[in-house]
Amino acid sequence: MPKIEPEAMVGAKITNLSLRRWLHSLPGVDKVGLEARAASLGTRSIKTTSKAWALDAAIKMMDLTTLEGMDTPDRVRSLCLKAMTPDPTDPDCPSPAAICVYGDMVQVAKQALGKSGIYVAAVATAFPSGRASVAVKLQDTKDAVKAGADEIDMVIDRGAFLSGNYLEVYKQIQAVKNACVRSDGTTAHLKVILETGELQTYDNIRRASYLAMLAGGDFIKTSTGKVTVNATIPITLLMLQAVRDWYDQTGVLIGIKPAGGIRTAKDAIKYLVVVKEVAGEQWLTPDLFRFGASSLLNDVLMQRQKLKTGNYSGPDYVTVD
Amino acid sequence: MFEYAPAPESRKLVTFQSSYGHFIGGKFTKPSNTYQTISPATEEILAEISTATAKDVDLAVAAARNAYEKVWSKLSGAERGKYLYRIARIIQERARELAIAETLNNGKPIKETRDADIPLVSAWFFYYAGWADKLDYAGLGVNPKAHGVAAQVIPWNFPLMMLAWKIAPALAAGNTVVLKPAETTPLTALLFAEICQQAGLPDGVVNIITGFGQSGADLIAHKDVNKVAFTGSTGVGRLIAKQVAGTNKKVTLELGGKAANIVFDDAPLDQAVEGIINGIFFNQGHVCCAGSRLLVQESIQDELLKKLKKRMETLKLGDPLDKNTDIGAINSKVQLDKITKLVKLGVKEGGEAWAPNCEIPKKGFWYAPTVITGVAPTNTVVREEIFGPVLSVLSFRTPAEAVAKANNTPFGLSAGIWSEKGSRILKVADQLNAGVIWANTFNQFDPASPFGGFKESGYGREGGRHGLLAYLKGDN
Amino acid sequence: MRLDIKKTYKLYIGGKFPRSESGHTFELASAKGEFVANVVLASRKDARDAVVAARAAQPGWESATAYNRGQILYRIAEMLEGRREQFVDEIRELTGSTEKAANQEVDAAIDSWVWHAGWSDKVDSVAGSMNPVAGPYFNISTNQPTGVVAAFAPQQSSLVGLVNTIAPIIVTGNTVVVVASELLPLSAITLTEVLATSDLPGGVVNVLTGKESDMAPWLASHQDVNAVDLEGTSDPVDLEIRAADTLKRVVRPGTFSRSAAKGSLQQILAFMEVKTVWHPKGH
Repeated sequence: MPKIEPEAMVGAKITNLSLRRWLHSLPGVDKVGLEARAASLGTRSIKTTSKAWALDAAIKMMDLTTLEGMDTPDRVRSLCLKAMTPDPTDPDCPSPAAICVYGDMVQVAKQALGKSGIYVAAVATAFPSGRASVAVKLQDTKDAVKAGADEIDMVIDRGAFLSGNYLEVYKQIQAVKNACVRSDGTTAHLKVILETGELQTYDNIRRASYLAMLAGGDFIKTSTGKVTVNATIPITLLMLQAVRDWYDQTGVLIGIKPAGGIRTAKDAIKYLVVVKEVAGEQWLTPDLFRFGASSLLNDVLMQRQKLKTGNYSGPDYVTVD
Repeated sequence: MFEYAPAPESRKLVTFQSSYGHFIGGKFTKPSNTYQTISPATEEILAEISTATAKDVDLAVAAARNAYEKVWSKLSGAERGKYLYRIARIIQERARELAIAETLNNGKPIKETRDADIPLVSAWFFYYAGWADKLDYAGLGVNPKAHGVAAQVIPWNFPLMMLAWKIAPALAAGNTVVLKPAETTPLTALLFAEICQQAGLPDGVVNIITGFGQSGADLIAHKDVNKVAFTGSTGVGRLIAKQVAGTNKKVTLELGGKAANIVFDDAPLDQAVEGIINGIFFNQGHVCCAGSRLLVQESIQDELLKKLKKRMETLKLGDPLDKNTDIGAINSKVQLDKITKLVKLGVKEGGEAWAPNCEIPKKGFWYAPTVITGVAPTNTVVREEIFGPVLSVLSFRTPAEAVAKANNTPFGLSAGIWSEKGSRILKVADQLNAGVIWANTFNQFDPASPFGGFKESGYGREGGRHGLLAYLKGDN
Repeated sequence: MRLDIKKTYKLYIGGKFPRSESGHTFELASAKGEFVANVVLASRKDARDAVVAARAAQPGWESATAYNRGQILYRIAEMLEGRREQFVDEIRELTGSTEKAANQEVDAAIDSWVWHAGWSDKVDSVAGSMNPVAGPYFNISTNQPTGVVAAFAPQQSSLVGLVNTIAPIIVTGNTVVVVASELLPLSAITLTEVLATSDLPGGVVNVLTGKESDMAPWLASHQDVNAVDLEGTSDPVDLEIRAADTLKRVVRPGTFSRSAAKGSLQQILAFMEVKTVWHPKGH
């Protein structure tokens, strides 16, 4: 994949002023128009074969997540086993792409998943608020990488962003990216959480997306799942436009991860429709699209069962996790 | 890999009779002089429809006059309003059935009839129901009067919606009506006749006659008609304006358009692309206010066209009953031939026509969404209303040039402006000679919002308080 | 004894006082049948020139503030008041009416200018609207002038009918080509002198004298005329048919009363177009 030169993209030495000029030169976002487009895509009707494809895709693109203060090693292990065998009645059922945990659970998850091919993603950088010193954020990241995390989900400094200190946000992402480098020179995949619910406006979300892509994020992710407004279809649509345009401009493919609040198969399918129609089918792969979700898997499993048997399923026929 | 499997709406909800007479005086007449109405998507015959003769027109106008004199003009506004509320409710109850019927007879996607046409139909009746007992506030002084019998002739592009735009304000104001739907799309109007029966509307308040242009001309020319409302082509509008000369008939005309959709370099680009798509491909471009002339600032032309073409590649053309269809069938062979001829002419005159790869069904009438670049204001495709999914692209350098090009047409129905600069939008909106200006949006309709054109796009307004005025007279 | 200086009666086009391009005039007789003046018999080419002048003046007049237009109309009333005796004399000369009746007509004409002047900045407040549409949109309907109007003043009125024809057209920003009453044109000609001294931009009002039937068909079919007021025409049906070719707005004869000091809001609105603007509302 081609490398981007941030200074060439911005057309100037990277300073807060040049970043500000660059970000504020992006086309504006009309809220009503964006939401109307999202609503219209939400009316797509996905049936039979396309539904079967979408349900499996939703599982394969899932970061099965547990991010609770009450997480325990057993709880994490149980989730990993669920990821490896989502539906005991159906050996053809695919597995999620990754298990997403706090950094201290990386080792447990890694061990439980063994050679399943399921990745371990760790949230880092003083998740979810990001309110800690840069040193702490970097140490948090390094610890997770060292423990074997395949992917790091970092949060941006929303305070810095909202106060107009784009350079600080940019530098932190770059520093975290450097902290993702393993001793063997390989790198953990970096997902940059914008916490769109706190950025509030679509213009901010577009700017934050570009800032994260410029700073070297591999994925841009909507939310921590810990604030009032998490992933929404319009926000995801907007970020998909950003990665699509970024690719057109640079040839670099950036991934997208909506997270938080996606609980039903129906919702997940709507997201996949948006991915297909806005960014294109190229993004319909776990390498470039993930759902961050904790309770989505079971609903998708029930829908799979319904497609297979023709009968509506119930919670007693999928396993608790 | 993620192809949408067919998701057709079930046809089971709709039953058409094998043949229909006219709806006169609350009853259907025996079918006579029939012709076949088809589904333009499949060319399947849906029903036999009667052609109104001058005598049928006489009967319908007489029924409307009788109902006006004996019943409708004697009811209070509040009571008239209740009938309209009833009709609105029944339309909501039968919404899906009406959407399917409309899609079958018109060829437009079910997505549109379900989410736009039919919801607007009930909204229109709800809105005007509330005006019926408030006519003193319409702006014509206290106690304004109805005209009497209204003759209404409507087009095929939004069959039931156009019916609602005509009948709802007419009845609210106290008129009775004789309405003629377009010859290719009579079925929802005939279902509406059944709805009038279900609502217990007094006989003769609404009369529906079917047929071709001559039936409409006979209706409009009828001596006992007091008010004429027509939506359709500018050519026919002209004939009507001539026909009513020297009479006391009050006329409103909703005619053609060739709207400019102006995109400035500071536009919200992704939404502008959606607005362009919605502006010209909504309802296969069979929209009088369609944004058929894209005026794009030269500095962003390449970027915008690239995005536009990419977006056009995602449009799904095909079975209108499929819930995922974006582009349905062209309403008739005649219209398809007209579109084809004009685009060919556009290419002959030097334009470059581009359409995404899309499979065209074997049966029925279809036209792929098309963009024509390399044209100038002098080209036919830029001047004439194509009334199809065909967008002509022009560039401009300055706001003044954009306004001059936008206004350079005998039409003046609608226009679009895309910019994030408020003061520019307000200035350009002031300068555009068009009755409806959509800024950072396009093709929005609402019963509270007046709609209608400047210049050769007609006169009078439909919708809102202004729309009511067309059906009332006060002291001048 | 000193010999009077008699006035040469001319047309009023684009703020200037040209003679007819055709050079034709007709003899105007008083109520008593005596010679009054040679009045210009305007041709279709004069009508054409007047439309050009009206079109040229229209955008500027429309973009003047409503406050400004109102003041200019009020100024016309002031100027008219100052010359009331001349109008009274001319009305009496041509119609043979009493001094009282002539004075009443001039009173009504002046008051009508004042009445109309006040509408300039109120029309939109009364006839426009904010429309509560069912969606996140700002939606407003305003009234804009139709453009260039060709008007035919009532034949039986010297001044008040003329004023009640011109004022409702121009108050909102239209410009007008008005054909004066064929037999009672003196007030119209004198009014042009009032207009020329009232800060009214040239071309906003253009006055033609002569035979209505010489000009009406050309004005009704003129493609750069947006509306026609057929009040004083002799063959309105034919003209309405001609006007239909470009779908002009047509005011049929007898639609509005034009004899009072008060006009009609509906008449003002007959020469306006409703424009509705939508804009999304969102952060």
